[in-house]
Amino acid sequence: MSRYALAFVNINMLGPASSLCLLFKTWTALSARASMGTYISSQTVKKVIEINPYLLGTMAGGAADCQFWLRNLGMQCRLYELKNGHRITVKAASKLLANTLFGYKGMGLSMGTMIAGWDVGGPGLYYVDSDAQRTKGQIFSVGSGSLYAYGILDDGYNFDMEVEDAIELGQRSIYHATYRDAVSGGTVSVYHVTKDGWKKVRGADVGDLHYKYYPDADQHPTYGASPL
Amino acid sequence: MEYLMGIKGKDFVMVCSDTSAAQQIITIKHDEDKIIPIDNHKLMATSGEPGDRVMFSEFIMANVRLYALRFGASLSTKAVANFTRSEMAKALRQKPYQTNLLIAGFDEGAGPSLYWMDYLATMHSMNIAGTGYGSYFVLSMFDKLWHRDLSQDEAFEMMKKGVVEVKARLVVAPSAFQVKVIDKDGTRLLGKL
Repeated sequence: MSRYALAFVNINMLGPASSLCLLFKTWTALSARASMGTYISSQTVKKVIEINPYLLGTMAGGAADCQFWLRNLGMQCRLYELKNGHRITVKAASKLLANTLFGYKGMGLSMGTMIAGWDVGGPGLYYVDSDAQRTKGQIFSVGSGSLYAYGILDDGYNFDMEVEDAIELGQRSIYHATYRDAVSGGTVSVYHVTKDGWKKVRGADVGDLHYKYYPDADQHPTYGASPL
Repeated sequence: MEYLMGIKGKDFVMVCSDTSAAQQIITIKHDEDKIIPIDNHKLMATSGEPGDRVMFSEFIMANVRLYALRFGASLSTKAVANFTRSEMAKALRQKPYQTNLLIAGFDEGAGPSLYWMDYLATMHSMNIAGTGYGSYFVLSMFDKLWHRDLSQDEAFEMMKKGVVEVKARLVVAPSAFQVKVIDKDGTRLLGKL
C-alpha cells in the first residue's frame, strides 16, 4: 500500500509513502496577493495557474511573466497532445518551460514556479525558475515568504502522511508565512492532484485563519510584549 | 557553496561533488546529482549557474553520444575534453556558460585522465583538481597526500578527509556530498558523505 502526497504554496510540498501499490495523491497550497509596488492590487489573485486538468503551475516573482509563460506552456503541452496522441509528462512539461526560460536567460524575466501534476508515472513535482534552474523534488517553497513556510513545512512533513494532514500542513505553512512576511497575504488555496486531475480543496482568508488558530489573543507569541 | 574535487590514480579517477541545489540563501534540495555520465567510461562533474550547468552538460553529452552513433566509435576522454573546451570557448564571446567542470574518463590504452576546466575555457590535465572555496583547503591537503601508486581505497579516504575539512572550516559548507569512481569496469557511485 502506497500513497503520495504533495502540497504547495507560495510554497509547496509533496510526499509519498511506503512501497508498491496504487494510491497516489498530490496537493498544493498557496497564498494569493498581488502587489504593485506598495499598493496591494488584489487579495484574491489566482496564484495557481491551471495549465490543463492535470497540470498546475504556481506563481512567484513577476506576475505577468508567470501568467504569460505558463499560458504559453499550456499551449505547448496541448500541441504535444495533438501531435503525439497522449498527455505530456510532468517531467517533459517542466523541461519545455525550462528550455523556454533558458532562451530568455539574462533578459530580465523573473519567475519562480513549481510545476505539479499527474502523468503515466504517477505524481510529479518540479521547481523551475527564470535562471532556467529545474529540479525534481518532494517539497518546495518559493517566494518572499518561502523561508517562513519552510520552517513549518520541514517540521511537519513526512512522506507517509495522510491527505487531510498534508492539506492542513500546507495551509498552516502559508498562514504562518503570511503572518511573518509583510508582503504575503490574502487567501490560501490548496489544490489536490490525483490520477483524475487536480481539484481545489481549500480557499481560506488568512485573516479568518488567524482567528481560527488563535481564538485568544493572549495565546499568541507576540501578545503582551511590553516595552517596559 | 559548490565543491568539486578529482583525484587521478594509476588505473582510476575519482570525483567528489556536493549534492545541494541552492536558490539564493535557501537549499532547495540535498540530493542533486552534479556528476553526469557522458558515456560508459566518462564522467563530468559540474558546478556553477544552475541553468547553464545542466544545459551545457546535456549539450556535451548529447553530442558525444550522437558522434558514437554516427561513426560507430566513441571519443576518447582527451577528445571529449578538447571538444568541450572548444564549445566553451565558442560560447565565451557570445553567451557564456558560467560552468566549471571536471572531466574524468578511463580509456583503453591511455588509462585514466582528469581534466579541469573553468567557464573561461581554460583547460588542464591534472592529477588532482578542484573548484569552489572548499578546494582551497583541500587542494593543499591532496598535494601532500597524493602519490603515484594511489589505490582506490586510499583515494576514497582522501575524499572523506577533504569533506571533513570542508565541513569543519568553510562557513558556507554544503551538507551532503557524493563520490564516484571510474576505472576499466566503468563508473560507480562509491558513497555519499
